[in-house]
Amino acid sequence: MIVRLRQFCAFWYDFVIGDDWRVAGGVVIALGATYGLHRASVPSWWVVPAAVVVLLPYSLWRASRPKSPKS
Amino acid sequence: MSSGALFLAVFLACTVEAVEATTIVLAAGTARDWRSALYGLFAALATLAVLIAALGPALSAVPLHALRLVVGGLLLVFGLQWLRKAILRGSGYKALHDEEQIYADELAAAEAVPRERRGAVTDWYAFTLAFKGVVLEGLEVVFIALTFGANDHNLPLAAVAAGAAVIVVALAGIAVRAPLARVPENSMKFVVGVMLTAFGTFWGAEGAGAHWPGSDAALPVVVGAVAVFAVALVAALSRGRTSTQAIAELAVSR
Repeated sequence: MIVRLRQFCAFWYDFVIGDDWRVAGGVVIALGATYGLHRASVPSWWVVPAAVVVLLPYSLWRASRPKSPKS
Repeated sequence: MSSGALFLAVFLACTVEAVEATTIVLAAGTARDWRSALYGLFAALATLAVLIAALGPALSAVPLHALRLVVGGLLLVFGLQWLRKAILRGSGYKALHDEEQIYADELAAAEAVPRERRGAVTDWYAFTLAFKGVVLEGLEVVFIALTFGANDHNLPLAAVAAGAAVIVVALAGIAVRAPLARVPENSMKFVVGVMLTAFGTFWGAEGAGAHWPGSDAALPVVVGAVAVFAVALVAALSRGRTSTQAIAELAVSR
């Protein structure tokens, strides 16, 4: 039962979050910041595009850098 | 959003996933038992249809702002995942999606398992292989079609786009009777990644309360900007990879 539950959770984690949890976390933070700025009556449309400009290269950089050998 | 963009995004996403599902069903049918593989395929399509029937009306009932926030966020996460993989493949850091290799691997794995009969299904392995393949590949498409359609208040057009893609790929699969290796899957994934990221950015920000300069006219600008940014990232990563390889070769030759 626990194994099945774990597999179920692992499937949804992989389906929604994917290979890099930092990207999903960054999107949530960006949407939260957009909402916060909107509530403070500050223009906030630029926050999500700015997050994409930071998150995508960061995730690509992590994926493409040479793996350091484990000692 | 224009109906054309909605149709294109859903059609391309659905085509990519349908090609992958076709490869799995072909492997299950060829290596094992066609009847069981087709039972698995139809059972999976029925499961996806039930999901669409349940989620479609539910999504239509959600207030637009909440829908755009949640759906925009999820589309953005999905889009960045698709784009990340497409850029890594485009720049040579990840192997290109090879349907012929996947087909050969699935075939070898399917041939190694003994046959087991369960009820009307003569080969349980072929059934489950086809069922799982189609459900897993179809789930993402169902989500994309439903969310795009619901956001644009045009679920029927999204359903037509998804259905058209499935029919085109199924007909091609029947005609070729081999993995659809010639479909430019990686390029299509790149385009879908760009569209999901752009629409996710636009809807997510709107759902969180932002007002885009120019309102809906900003959407094509966002799509173009994401496309240019993604192409620039492919070029930058390719250049970086070439330089790294050159340095490595120089170090080996010394």
